[in-house]
Amino acid sequence: MKHIVIIGNGISGITAARNIRKKNDNRITVISEESPFFFSRTALMYVFMGHMKFEHTQPYENDFWEKNKIDLLHDTVLKVDPNQKSVLLKTGKSLQYDDLIIATGSKSNKFGWPGQDLDGVQGLYHKQDLEKLTKSYKTIKRAVIVGGGLIGIELAEMLLSKNIEVTMLVREKSFWNGVLPNEESAMINELIKLHHIDLQLNTELIEIKDSGTGKVKSIVTSKNEEIECQLVGLTVGVTPNIDFLKDSGIEIERGVLVNEFLETNVANVYAIGDCAQHRTPTGGRKPIEQVWYTGRIMGETVANSICGNRSDYQPGIWFNSAKFFDVEYQTYGWVWAKPKENEATFFWKSKNEFKSLRLIYDKIGNHILGVNVFGIRLRHEVFDQWIQEKKNIEYVIDNLKTANFDPEFFKHHEAEIKNQFDKSTVCNLI
Amino acid sequence: MVDIQPYKTGFLQKLGLSLSALGLLILAVTLFGVEFENNGLLLTVSLLSIFVGTSIYAIKTYISLPAGIKNHGIWFNSLTSKGLLGWITAVILTGFYVVLYWFPEYLGQGVKGAANTNLIALFNPLSDLFTGKPATQWFVYGTLYTLIITTLGIKFILKYRHNRYQIIRTIVVIIAQLFLAYLIPNIMEGLNSDKAYFAMDIKYFWPLNYYFFNDWHLNNMVHGGSLGMVYLVWGIIGFLVITPFLTYYFGKRWYCSWVCGCGGLAETAGDPFRHLSDKSVRAWKIERYLIYGILLLITLITLVVLYGYFSGSSTFLGLDIYTYFTHPYGFLIGAAFSGVVGVGFYPILGSRVWCRFGCPMAAYMGIIQRFKSRFRITTNGGQCISCGNCSTYCEMGIDVRAYAQKGENIVRASCVGCGICSAVCPRGVLKLENGKLEGRIGKTFSYKK
Repeated sequence: MKHIVIIGNGISGITAARNIRKKNDNRITVISEESPFFFSRTALMYVFMGHMKFEHTQPYENDFWEKNKIDLLHDTVLKVDPNQKSVLLKTGKSLQYDDLIIATGSKSNKFGWPGQDLDGVQGLYHKQDLEKLTKSYKTIKRAVIVGGGLIGIELAEMLLSKNIEVTMLVREKSFWNGVLPNEESAMINELIKLHHIDLQLNTELIEIKDSGTGKVKSIVTSKNEEIECQLVGLTVGVTPNIDFLKDSGIEIERGVLVNEFLETNVANVYAIGDCAQHRTPTGGRKPIEQVWYTGRIMGETVANSICGNRSDYQPGIWFNSAKFFDVEYQTYGWVWAKPKENEATFFWKSKNEFKSLRLIYDKIGNHILGVNVFGIRLRHEVFDQWIQEKKNIEYVIDNLKTANFDPEFFKHHEAEIKNQFDKSTVCNLI
Repeated sequence: MVDIQPYKTGFLQKLGLSLSALGLLILAVTLFGVEFENNGLLLTVSLLSIFVGTSIYAIKTYISLPAGIKNHGIWFNSLTSKGLLGWITAVILTGFYVVLYWFPEYLGQGVKGAANTNLIALFNPLSDLFTGKPATQWFVYGTLYTLIITTLGIKFILKYRHNRYQIIRTIVVIIAQLFLAYLIPNIMEGLNSDKAYFAMDIKYFWPLNYYFFNDWHLNNMVHGGSLGMVYLVWGIIGFLVITPFLTYYFGKRWYCSWVCGCGGLAETAGDPFRHLSDKSVRAWKIERYLIYGILLLITLITLVVLYGYFSGSSTFLGLDIYTYFTHPYGFLIGAAFSGVVGVGFYPILGSRVWCRFGCPMAAYMGIIQRFKSRFRITTNGGQCISCGNCSTYCEMGIDVRAYAQKGENIVRASCVGCGICSAVCPRGVLKLENGKLEGRIGKTFSYKK
């Protein structure tokens, strides 16, 4: 019987464990320093806002692990020794493995700002970040959030739910503009301001000032403004959490380098999820993907390989989703912030609601490449198929209703969208 | 676009709450023997104050916030997270039901021909208006029940004003209660006051209406003229044809979360407590034993009752049918379970305890929904992030996430189709749908090619 050791009990590590267990009876140990049981970190915000209790973020009941003979260790891994095939733990124990899966996820970025380690400066990623914020929020009157991305806006929503005033510093000229095209980005700017957030664009953090007691007193921005605050939320992206692998012989760069089979340079050692860096990413994907579902797919893939069916990572066509306050966002296929040379774009926006639809299609082939949608739900399966089968844009416009996933009785916009599309193509012809 | 006001309890909200409290106060003081000279006027003032006051509060509260999910602080509020306020509310509600079912004289029900007093007397003028008779505890209960569904239904609509499924469903819930369960039966009773009582709510089918086939009820319908015969035939068609037919096409939601009175109260007054349902596998096990056990029980009892009716015997195997069969069911299931536990425990066990663990109608439709129905909740490909909002807010205690994260459709006997899982999902993953039977259960989408 093999012993499979998994470092990290997030979606990647746990998916691997569950899928290995489905296939055979090998001994499985999952080690986590963060929490005794698997939880969904995407739901931490809902715990803070009082929508859920922490236990609700745990998708499996606590006795599930014992029933499925998956050993859980609440411990920290200090070192991995591939030559001895062993893992050294903080508690002094060491574990022998036959196969090792590294699934340690990320940690919040800090870019060396003066004062970044003061009390009151934090990110939002780990369970411990939530615990810290839960302790401190009552004394916070104003918070400054640094970074215009998905976690930043979640943190803003969390703080607003406690009536804390929020300033957001965004380096770009518009929110999440490196990912969202201008129109969508502008719409989210508007939404942010509607929620009484002091949104400062083209602005960076220069320094965090100490109150004299080791706590945050204020920050200074690149526009030379000093803002008094009791919390600084650093939400400027995340980085693979792999410091413990330095000098282990396992090749790392920003993340743990893996081939398409999620294998590292060392035999029997794999890396999956946020901490893996793909040597040859496919499908226009980035080498490091910090997305829930890719972690899940990598977990399934590595489980196959370990159980004798060597499988490569095939995440399929890109998709993602998010929610900005009450506005839902979904995307299928690639929609870049600025269209590429071969790409044509069609954009529709509702006049009085936060709803929009952007279709990207090939200028020559006329086939659909991607979609960005706000305030309307679209069927993953349908768009995935359309993009794969290279359906042309007219077909997509005519059949948009098939892809609608809004609840029953919701207002439909397909006719309006088609109308606008027809008009715009007539204009193009003239 | 409207500017969003940060949440505050302002003047209008306080006014609304005070008005509502005044209405409740009028009802409460009658319980302690305070008598009014003009009951008609005071009752009108009381009911209107509750309705208008709560509406003002809800309108002001929700309209000044952006449309969307309103679950901030649910698990921090003592009332909605099994805190002290929750327990106090549960004790008061439970006490009310115990008095209502077994000690109505404490509400002022006149016993043995005596005139009504206290709370029941306050409702005499309204009852008189409908039927020409003084009120009973059931009339008072029916009136308050309807008032609560209507008022808190309006609050629910405002709370979910971004969601048309919720708006339309709740309008139907209110109409079903106000007209089908309350106004029409009361008016008809007034027009047929010479006839003995039989249930006139056209959607109150056996087996939820457990006394439908009891000999006294059958007799009252049979001797109730053509109206009685219509109700008799309708009642039988209702459970034999209409129920399976509609459940096949739409799932049991057509009943449980659209027209049912118990469901109506759960969806409106019970909404702040929906997340308290137990999601454990253990609870699911108990649920299956209990609910199908009760369906079996009422089926057997009804067969015994029908045997008695057609054979003319009042005993079965030497046991008195009333004492050993119908009365214990009415006491234990009809009153103790559906009322005392079902509603009294809202703040402790969630809003659908009766519907989930007890209701034989739900059990009957659940079997159809599980094995032969076009209804399902569809999962949107691979978008689920396992956050758990759906499971947390499922009033039936279904672990929706367990299916959604696998990309599987949710086909469960207990799902009442309230649509809240779909509403609270932050990634647009869940959709209530009616569709083809094939491929309804199991995996629907694989992102791997």
